[in-house]
Amino acid sequence: MKTLAVDTSTMMATCALLDEDRLLGEFSLNQDMTHSENLVPMIKEMLDNLNLKVKDIDLFGVAIGPGSFTGLRIGIATIKSFAHVFDKPVIGVSTLEGLAFNLPYKGYIVPIIDARRNRIYTGIYNRIKGNLINIVEPTIMEVDKLMELLQEEYDHIIVNGNGTLVYRDIILEALGDQVIMAPKNLNSCRASSIGELALLKYKEGQRDSYYHLVPEYLRESQAQRELRKRDK
Amino acid sequence: MTITLAIETSCDETSCAVLRGGREVLSNIISSQIEIHREYGGVVPEVASRKHIENINMIIQQALDEANIGFNDIDLVGVTQGPGLVGALLVGISSAKGIAYALDKPIVGVNHIEGHVCANYIVHKDLEPPFTCLVVSGGHTYLVQVKSYTEYELVGRTRDDAAGEAFDKVARALGLSYPGGPLIDKLAKEGDKDAIEFPRVYLEQDSYDFSFSGLKTAVLNYLNQKKQKDEKIIIEDVAASFQHSVIEVLVEKSIRLAKERKSDKIVMAGGVAANEGLRNLMMDRGKEEGIKVLYPSKILCTDNGAMIGSAAYFHYIKGHVSDLHLNVEPNLELKG
Ligand SMILES: [Zn+2]
Repeated sequence: MKTLAVDTSTMMATCALLDEDRLLGEFSLNQDMTHSENLVPMIKEMLDNLNLKVKDIDLFGVAIGPGSFTGLRIGIATIKSFAHVFDKPVIGVSTLEGLAFNLPYKGYIVPIIDARRNRIYTGIYNRIKGNLINIVEPTIMEVDKLMELLQEEYDHIIVNGNGTLVYRDIILEALGDQVIMAPKNLNSCRASSIGELALLKYKEGQRDSYYHLVPEYLRESQAQRELRKRDK
Repeated sequence: MTITLAIETSCDETSCAVLRGGREVLSNIISSQIEIHREYGGVVPEVASRKHIENINMIIQQALDEANIGFNDIDLVGVTQGPGLVGALLVGISSAKGIAYALDKPIVGVNHIEGHVCANYIVHKDLEPPFTCLVVSGGHTYLVQVKSYTEYELVGRTRDDAAGEAFDKVARALGLSYPGGPLIDKLAKEGDKDAIEFPRVYLEQDSYDFSFSGLKTAVLNYLNQKKQKDEKIIIEDVAASFQHSVIEVLVEKSIRLAKERKSDKIVMAGGVAANEGLRNLMMDRGKEEGIKVLYPSKILCTDNGAMIGSAAYFHYIKGHVSDLHLNVEPNLELKG
C-alpha cells in the first residue's frame, strides 16, 4: 500500500512516500514560511524520482496539528485535493503523535511545539509493547506549567519538537538529568512518521474524509475568544 | 472547448465553478460566510480561513456534479492568486495546485480584480475589449481601461477606503447589520438624495483616483451632531444623500475616462455594481453621453469562481500559464 504523507505544521515542510514495509523517499526543508510555494513542487520532485504519480498512491496521510494554522491548512488542502481527485482514503494524524513516533524510547516522550508567547502545544506519550500510547492529551499550555507537571509526576523523559529549541534553557534548568533532548534528526516533524502512523491507523480501521478533514487547532481564533467573552 | 475548474477563496465566499470556454458557465457554486461574519460585524480573516478549509472540497464536488463532469474532464485549473486575505487565498491555491498536479493539467493564477471584469464576458456574450471598467466592492475601487482580454491599464483607485467599505461603515453608524451596502441602497430609495449636503471628493482636477474617508467622516459627524442636539435622524435621507455623494463621483469619473479614451462602453463590476442607485445613475449619464453601460447579473457581481475561470481561460489561450510554485499575492496589483 503506497502511502504519501506530508507535514506542514511547523517551519519544516516534509513529505514522504512509504510502502508496506519500507520508506521509499522523504524530502524535508526547514525554511521560513514558503510552504505554499514549495510543497507541491517538493512532492513532485520526490515522486518524479521514484517514477510515481499521484494516481499511484493508495493512501494519503497528513499532519492535522497542532501547529501553525496557516501551515496546517496548506498541507491539508493539498492532501485533500489528492485524495479527492482519485477518491482515495485519507488519514489525519496528530502532529504531536507524529513527533512522539520519531522516538523509540522506553520512557515518557514529550513533543513540544512552540505556540509563541511562552506557550507550547504538547502531550505526553509512552510505549507499551512497542505501541505508542497517549497519556496526556494534546493541549496548549504555558511552558512553565509543563515543567511543573514533568518535575512532579514524570521521570525518564525525552523531549523533541521546535519548542525544545526555543525553550532549551528552561527545559534543562527545570529537568536536568531527568531529560534527554532529542538529536536533531529526530527533533523535527517527519512526514515518514506521519505516513507510518497513517498506515497503522488505516489498518486499525480509522477513516477520515477528504470532505470533512480540518486542522486540530487546539485554540480558537482571537475573534472567536473575544466574541465568546462578549456573549457571557 | 476547454473545460476550466476555477476556485475563488480571497475573502468570505468559498466558490468553485466549471466553465466551457471563457463565457459559458456549467456551474458556479458559492458558499457565503456572511451569516458567520455578521456576528463579528465584519470579515474575520482567521474565521474565514477556517471556513474555507472546512468547505472547499464539498464545494468543488458540488461544482463538478452540477456541471455533470468528473475530475478527468478538466483541461485547466484557475485560481485566485490575489489580492485578498492571505490565509483565505492559501486554502484555494493549495487546493487548486493539488488538483492541477494530481491531474497533470495546467494551472493559471488569476488576479481577482481581472476576475470581476471578466464576469461581464459571461453575461454579455458579445462584449469585447477595449472598454472602460469601474470595479467597485467592499475591498476595491478601481477605474480600469481594459485594452484586451488580458491587458489592463489601472487608471484610478481609492486612496483610502474602498467604496463598499464606506457603505459598510456608514451602515454600521446607522445601526444597520453587516454587510450594510445593500441595506443603504434599499433605504436610499425611500429617502431624498438632496436632503443633506455631503461632500463630493474629486481630488485633483484630472485625477481618476477616489477618496471616501472624508465623506464617511462627514456622515459620522452629521449623525453625532444630530444626536447631541437630540434631533431626529431620518435614516432614509442620510442613506440617500450619502449614497448619492459616492455614486456621483464614481459615475462622473467613469464617464470622463470613457470620453477621454473614446470608449463607447462603460462596464461595471464588483459587489457595489449591484447597487441600483449606481446602476441607474450610470445608465442615465451614459444615455446622455451616448455611452453604453453594462454590468453583470447580481450573483456575478459578488466574489465567485466563474469570473476567475473566465479570466483564467483568456490567459490560458494567450499562453500565460503558472507553474506549481504559484503562490498567493495578497497585495497583487493589476498589471497591463
Ligand atoms: Zn471581489
